[in-house]
Amino acid sequence: MTTATTQEPLTPGGTTTAPAVHGRSRGRVPRRLLRDPMGVAGAVLLLIVLVAGVFAPWLAPYPPTEVHFRTPFQQPATVGFALGTDDLGRDILSRVLHGARASLQVGALAVLLAVAVGVPLGLLAGYWRWLDALVSRLADLMLAFPFLILAVGLAAINGGGLANAAVAIGIAHIPAMIRVVRAETLRLADADFVLAAHAMDAGPVRVLGRHVLPNALPAIIVQATVIMPAAVLGEAVLSFLGLGIQPPDPSLGIMLSDAQNYLMRTPWPGVFPGIAIALICLGFNLFGDALRDALDPRTKPSGGRR
Amino acid sequence: MLRYLGNRLWQSALTLLLASVVVFGGVRALPGDPATTMAGEEADPATVAAVRAELGLDQPLVVQYGKFLTSALTGDFGDSVRTGTPVADLIGATLPVTVQLALYAMAIAVLLGTTGGVLAAVFRGRWPEWAANAFSLTALSVPTFWLGILAVLYLAVHLGWFPASGYVSPLDDPLRGLHHLTLPALILGLAHSAVVQRQTRGSMVGTLTADFVRTARAKGLGGRAVVFRYGLRNSLVVVVTVVGLELGGLIGGAVVTERIFTLPGVGKLTLDAVFTRDYPVVQAVVLVITGAYIVINLLVDVLYTLIDPRIRVSGGTR
Amino acid sequence: MTTTPAPADEAAGPLLHIENLHVAFGGNPAVRGADLTVAPGERVAVVGQSGSGKSTLAHAVMGLLPGSARITDGTIRLAGEDITHAPEKRLRDLRGRVVGLVPQDPMTNLNPVAKVGRQVAETLRTHGLADRRTAAARAVELLAQAGLPEPERRARQYPHELSGGQRQRVLIAIGLACRPHLLIADEPTSALDVTVQQQILDHLQTLTDELGTALLLITHDLGLAAERADRVLVMSQGEVAESGPARRVLTDPAHEYTRRLVAAAPSLRAEFRPRTPAPAAEPLLQVEGVTKEYRLKRGAAPFKAVDGVSFTVARGRTTAVVGESGSGKTTTARMVLGLLPPTGGAITLDGTPVAGPGAVRGSGRRAVRRAMQPVFQDPYASLDPMFTVEQLIAEPLTVFGVGDAAARRSRVTDLLDQVALPADTAHRHPNELSGGQRQRVAIARALALSPSLVVCDEPVSALDVLVQQQVLTLLRTLQDDLGVSYLFISHDLAVVREVAHEVVVMKEGRVVEQGAVEKVLGAPEHPYTRKLSGAVPGATVGVS
Repeated sequence: MTTATTQEPLTPGGTTTAPAVHGRSRGRVPRRLLRDPMGVAGAVLLLIVLVAGVFAPWLAPYPPTEVHFRTPFQQPATVGFALGTDDLGRDILSRVLHGARASLQVGALAVLLAVAVGVPLGLLAGYWRWLDALVSRLADLMLAFPFLILAVGLAAINGGGLANAAVAIGIAHIPAMIRVVRAETLRLADADFVLAAHAMDAGPVRVLGRHVLPNALPAIIVQATVIMPAAVLGEAVLSFLGLGIQPPDPSLGIMLSDAQNYLMRTPWPGVFPGIAIALICLGFNLFGDALRDALDPRTKPSGGRR
Repeated sequence: MLRYLGNRLWQSALTLLLASVVVFGGVRALPGDPATTMAGEEADPATVAAVRAELGLDQPLVVQYGKFLTSALTGDFGDSVRTGTPVADLIGATLPVTVQLALYAMAIAVLLGTTGGVLAAVFRGRWPEWAANAFSLTALSVPTFWLGILAVLYLAVHLGWFPASGYVSPLDDPLRGLHHLTLPALILGLAHSAVVQRQTRGSMVGTLTADFVRTARAKGLGGRAVVFRYGLRNSLVVVVTVVGLELGGLIGGAVVTERIFTLPGVGKLTLDAVFTRDYPVVQAVVLVITGAYIVINLLVDVLYTLIDPRIRVSGGTR
Repeated sequence: MTTTPAPADEAAGPLLHIENLHVAFGGNPAVRGADLTVAPGERVAVVGQSGSGKSTLAHAVMGLLPGSARITDGTIRLAGEDITHAPEKRLRDLRGRVVGLVPQDPMTNLNPVAKVGRQVAETLRTHGLADRRTAAARAVELLAQAGLPEPERRARQYPHELSGGQRQRVLIAIGLACRPHLLIADEPTSALDVTVQQQILDHLQTLTDELGTALLLITHDLGLAAERADRVLVMSQGEVAESGPARRVLTDPAHEYTRRLVAAAPSLRAEFRPRTPAPAAEPLLQVEGVTKEYRLKRGAAPFKAVDGVSFTVARGRTTAVVGESGSGKTTTARMVLGLLPPTGGAITLDGTPVAGPGAVRGSGRRAVRRAMQPVFQDPYASLDPMFTVEQLIAEPLTVFGVGDAAARRSRVTDLLDQVALPADTAHRHPNELSGGQRQRVAIARALALSPSLVVCDEPVSALDVLVQQQVLTLLRTLQDDLGVSYLFISHDLAVVREVAHEVVVMKEGRVVEQGAVEKVLGAPEHPYTRKLSGAVPGATVGVS
């Protein structure tokens, strides 16, 4: 059922005629990413955030819970306390670094959970139509539970803590991951190269593993960059409400909650954690956006964004 | 089309039923025995057993679930374990607050979001796009509850522009009611406006570069007609979808906003109930919110059929 | 119907006069010094392959160049007025009223959420030629003139409720609504079946003649251009290679590039280059009474996509299945490949039942798969973009566990050589290759397992005519060298004439005529086959 369609590319020698499946390969994506100022800014910010999080125990001047009773509410840029101290005299810089580390841990765990459950279910739903109805209903049901209510419920059952916060956030993002992977699988399962693989008697494992998954990977990565900042914000909210990480463990959300009481008098204990959260999220958002643009064959390769 | 809607209705009912099973099971998994809580920690086993029998907790789970479901269908969610008030009354008192807040916030999000999205798409590569991008990235990255705290301190307490907390029913005093809700709604709507804006922009860019828009311009149609009659009209499906999806998140987000602005809404009710293990309240609230979410999605599907003629015939979007 | 005199003021001067036009995308030139004149009422065709700049030229005239494109030099005059850098307001006034456009793809060029009647009426209202009430009535008239059946009912429908041909008629109604002096038709029929294509072009011609509208026809098809235009302009890489009266350009091309185009266009070659008549070779593939039914609605009668189709492919020969969209030819190919189970009938390959009663399963099935490999239409879609060329060609060998890594690598080198690709192509990714090169990779992959049958589904219809010619030659050479059989699916009779020994003509799931190529195409018996051959653009210009 085909007729000849000879299209003229918009640019001479361009690849705009290629359908969405194609026109991208490795090599080109990093190059496009580096040509986009937003992408570079995101990548740099992410690098800083990741280094700060991973090496927090070595970078932090004090243990995050070390109390200095004699020096509470120190101003930022005080000798020994670069970002000042809080009501208990704890070093804010150390707590922010460790808090960021906890945020990233929650994010990584949430992504891992969403990927581990969402990707296989999405692949199956997209590949076998009879499973699709079941999996899609399941995703609908999960979407119908507002995330915070879910987290509240989980915290009520299992108590607070980093792992529970990550599980709640991860579960909340499973349906979206299923949908993304399912859509990609549906699109790719119809592609001629998959048809060609079937004609050479390739089994479902080979088709899904060698053809569908690698081509769906960019979409999965982009989705992960959506989950990360959402998880960081989610952890902050949960800990702020007392449902996430429990004191005295450092968490950016708890720091904000503590600082709330004396914010009028001494704003910095409540300002720096907020900025830290914003910077982490900004890094992921910028990088994710740039990655999405770089992967989209419809955007022009030259001159960044039109 | 009727068959399509009938199908959706049936699916929604099924989802709600499944949700009730999950809620019921989840609440049973909560640690702590409500009968002990009610009777008091010091009560002797006989009293606890009596309370348990009164609550029907000594019966098999299936029977308990059947009772829960049949009474829930008639709007009877039992009484609060903590205060003894009927749960339906508690929800009746708090739900209007949350619904107002959510609708107000969504109105702000849609207004800011679509305007920003349209401007960003129309003025690609020029300052409105950069401004819109900067706004949406900030709104997505900054924790809005933190922004809420700062807003309470500076805009409400320090400058006195808005009341810092409390709720006035718009039935008593519409203007004051609106004034009280403005700051919470703005804070709650901000992050969602960023999502609406990005989706609108993406869809508008796609539409404005579509072949049929070029054909429209070849007819001699001017900029405004192309942007609104073609661009926005074709992006409406996306906007409606996002609004439907975001309303769910908005109801969840209301929990935090209500806490910061001490609004007597469903969110506050839920938090209090969870911390005190008031399980009839938790179970009712989750069911009501889930039901609301499902109804919203059903409405979105109905809206689709009105917006996009293609769905009317083919039936089914997801 | 009244005919309005075409040009506004300068009756003597040309309607459209383009001089030394340069258009660039960013830094890349797309049009380099093009000259073009269109007199009032004249029909001019611009011919070129993808990337030749022909569409860019058309868009420049309408002032509708995409974002990054700029006119860097030259002038465009419309009825004497310099519109090269006219303000948007002036262009808006000219568009639709003085210059109309019929775009390429009817599927994407109508607003999906507006009724078609409104989309026609909109043009009139924009230029103040009708008010709300009269516009609706006029739109129905215009749709009727454009040859849309039941125009009143259709006007109230949405684009998705119309077929491709019907949508193209709506677009013609839009383009001609304000009776423009010039109509630009950008590949107006390349997305349509040949028979529909012919009707639409005939109608377009009649309408522009009646209205006295000049026509600027943009096309990739030299035959079509020669048949429909008074004058032809051949463009290549942004430059006008040649221009002149249509017949002269075809019969006596002055430019080397035009000569190559004429030589490559299968439809323009006067005499057959028939394949050596097949000396009754034994049948390799036998398709007997194969049927494919789809149940669209519960209770309703099933839809027969393929209905009792029988044919054979002889060893070392080519059988072509020809038909338009909806004829069931691709479904037939997929059933042969075992990608779709037939509802009824039997398929036998080399004596082994593949589908139908007694079909082999398990290892027997695998052996059959090995003997049958596909080449698909779109070389962009049929190669996994994540694989290197070497991985792509070696994949069938890997799946069937043929040889070790070293053996596979040397096999890939041999295959690349056979399809005339340089050996260093092996380490490239498909997106670094041109369309023709990709199709060669797809052919190499199909040949990797030394199959006895290759099923080619429209293997050249996504390619430019010069590349098309090369790939067809390659397929013929490979058949002569390797003795492989082809089942060749195509909509293009001219292409089929080049490669096939036997032809099967399909229409709406049934075979209407079949036999040796020179018989079926030389002296068609069935009226449908005659209609198909008559509709091939350029068939009537027949160059000797």
